[in-house]
Amino acid sequence: MIPPALSIDGLSVAFRQRHADIPAVREVSLAVEAGECVGIVGESGSGKTQVFMAAMGLLAGNSSVSGRVRFEGEDILGVPSAQLNRVRGSKLTMIFQDPMTSMTPHLKIGTQLAEVLVRHAGKSWSEARAAARRMLERVRIPEPARRLSQYPHELSGGLRQRVMIGMSLLCQPKLLIADEPTTALDVTVQAQIIDLLRAMREEVGMALVLISHDLAVVGELADRILVMYAGRIVESAGAAQLYHQPLHPYTAALLKCIPSLSGPRLERLPTLAGQPPRPGDSTEGCAFAPRCPRAAERCRIERPLLQDAVGGAKVACHNPLPQ
Amino acid sequence: MNEADPGQVPLLSVRDLRVNFGAHAAITDVGFDLGAGETLGLVGESGSGKSTLARAILRLIRTSHGGVLWRGRDLLLCDATELRRRRRDLQIVFQDPLASLNPRMTVGESVAEPLRIFAPELDARARGRRVAHMLQRVGLADDMHERYPHEFSGGQCQRIGIARAMILSPQLLICDEPVSSLDVSVQGQIVNLLLDLQRDAGTAMLFISHNLAVVRHLSHRILVMYAGRIVEIASRDALFAAPLHPYTRALLAAVPSAIPAPGAVRAPAALVEGTSSRPLAAGCAFRDRCPHALPVCAASVPPLEQVAVGHRVACHRSHELLPLELRSPQP
Repeated sequence: MIPPALSIDGLSVAFRQRHADIPAVREVSLAVEAGECVGIVGESGSGKTQVFMAAMGLLAGNSSVSGRVRFEGEDILGVPSAQLNRVRGSKLTMIFQDPMTSMTPHLKIGTQLAEVLVRHAGKSWSEARAAARRMLERVRIPEPARRLSQYPHELSGGLRQRVMIGMSLLCQPKLLIADEPTTALDVTVQAQIIDLLRAMREEVGMALVLISHDLAVVGELADRILVMYAGRIVESAGAAQLYHQPLHPYTAALLKCIPSLSGPRLERLPTLAGQPPRPGDSTEGCAFAPRCPRAAERCRIERPLLQDAVGGAKVACHNPLPQ
Repeated sequence: MNEADPGQVPLLSVRDLRVNFGAHAAITDVGFDLGAGETLGLVGESGSGKSTLARAILRLIRTSHGGVLWRGRDLLLCDATELRRRRRDLQIVFQDPLASLNPRMTVGESVAEPLRIFAPELDARARGRRVAHMLQRVGLADDMHERYPHEFSGGQCQRIGIARAMILSPQLLICDEPVSSLDVSVQGQIVNLLLDLQRDAGTAMLFISHNLAVVRHLSHRILVMYAGRIVEIASRDALFAAPLHPYTRALLAAVPSAIPAPGAVRAPAALVEGTSSRPLAAGCAFRDRCPHALPVCAASVPPLEQVAVGHRVACHRSHELLPLELRSPQP
């Protein structure tokens, strides 16, 4: 049996602030199968990024992490960075919202790309540069030869994100984690990047984790979607099922909040009352209960666990929507 | 609402506006009218000149050419005293709610500041009452006025910014991407708040956003900018039913559908290649991304022309792209 590309068991993350630990991720378990695209959706502060920053060993020094993370069956959480770096950046890669801050501003694009192959694949600089150029062509960057000798600030945001995607694919990764890869981009450029990720996924055959606050963007690519709220997974379902038959009231509310380009024009936009909880807010009962239209007494006392539901979905709710 | 009722002076009339940053023209030949109480949505990609236009209208940046007529009086010709007086009626809400509040002023002080400047006749007590009322109006609890901006979430900070902008009941509120940095679940709350306040005060709005779906729900008319120029302006219904400029069409097609059909693949037309919205040396700035471009598009900049009532487009091929039923009979 092929092990999942990534499996996370009971992962918790907390940040130490002023002598108190602020929990950001609480007992999250998930698996990303080889070749699968999993979307992670949640609002800011829901912990969706921290799960994967922790898995990649990229969290700041004031964090404490517990649980188990395996990449292709091998433990990668808490291992020495020399060991982690055998896969991180080559077989297991991550791209971020702001491609400018992910690049070194004073190194040329070509040098930054080639360095990945020199370090991880033991190629010579000249071989690596040639491969870098081919990769820029594959991610459809016009005039690749000229781009190699440019600096990051000379490229537009969309081109920079293409370079980052190219860089992340240089070593034929088994898993690419893309954290809000289109959030900083214009809508026409966003469509191009989504299209590129789709094409590259088919070409490379890698698994993809797409983290976004935007359900519509995630729906363009994901086979399966996990919804996070207040540091926990509250629903997991196939993309079509999640969009058309959401189980968790939070998922349903999120879907309703997306203003639509078609259908009748609304006098007022649909809303979800209240504010998302802040990390560290009290955790008794269900974290969504104060904003939930379906909340009952039990929801305020007893925290619902993530349990199997119809169609292979999972939901953490005492009173899920009827199917 | 239709554009410029004859015989009536519009609230705001922008004429041939141009802003240069050095040798680079940030906006060129921008002109439109805005009526009292009307909401004009302004869309376009980053760098298209949306925020520059907003700042030029408020005279926060220097304009190179053109006029900004406020009830018929050109704001660009006002002296400092008059400008200050008139600014009472023109307010702005910015994208980054935290950065637009003074971190060393309490929320109450920030919201009271416009009153201190423009209503000096109010004593501290009367001012406090107005501030408390306004904070309540935007959904913030009474005890919050003594707190500092960093203690609030992004959505709450945006409520504070809106309270500050609306406390003088301005006649024009410019909103520059007011919900772009907020979570989806909070966006709707803020947009609805703006609509409520607008209705109560009869305020006109220039609503800048890259989110076409949001703009659609709240605008009477929509203006599309590309590379510093207006490429299309039309009533909301006309723009969504029959977008004419190829860029407007690309923009609409690129929006991910809210609830995608399983396995849906976007029509290739949506994937307009290229990213630059910088003006080209001559001709139409969109031509190298445009599926309909002809040699004429490289030769001259297409003028913004009326193709139907209240619907203007800057495209050499707008008449061919116009659906048959909208074409005016040929003489």
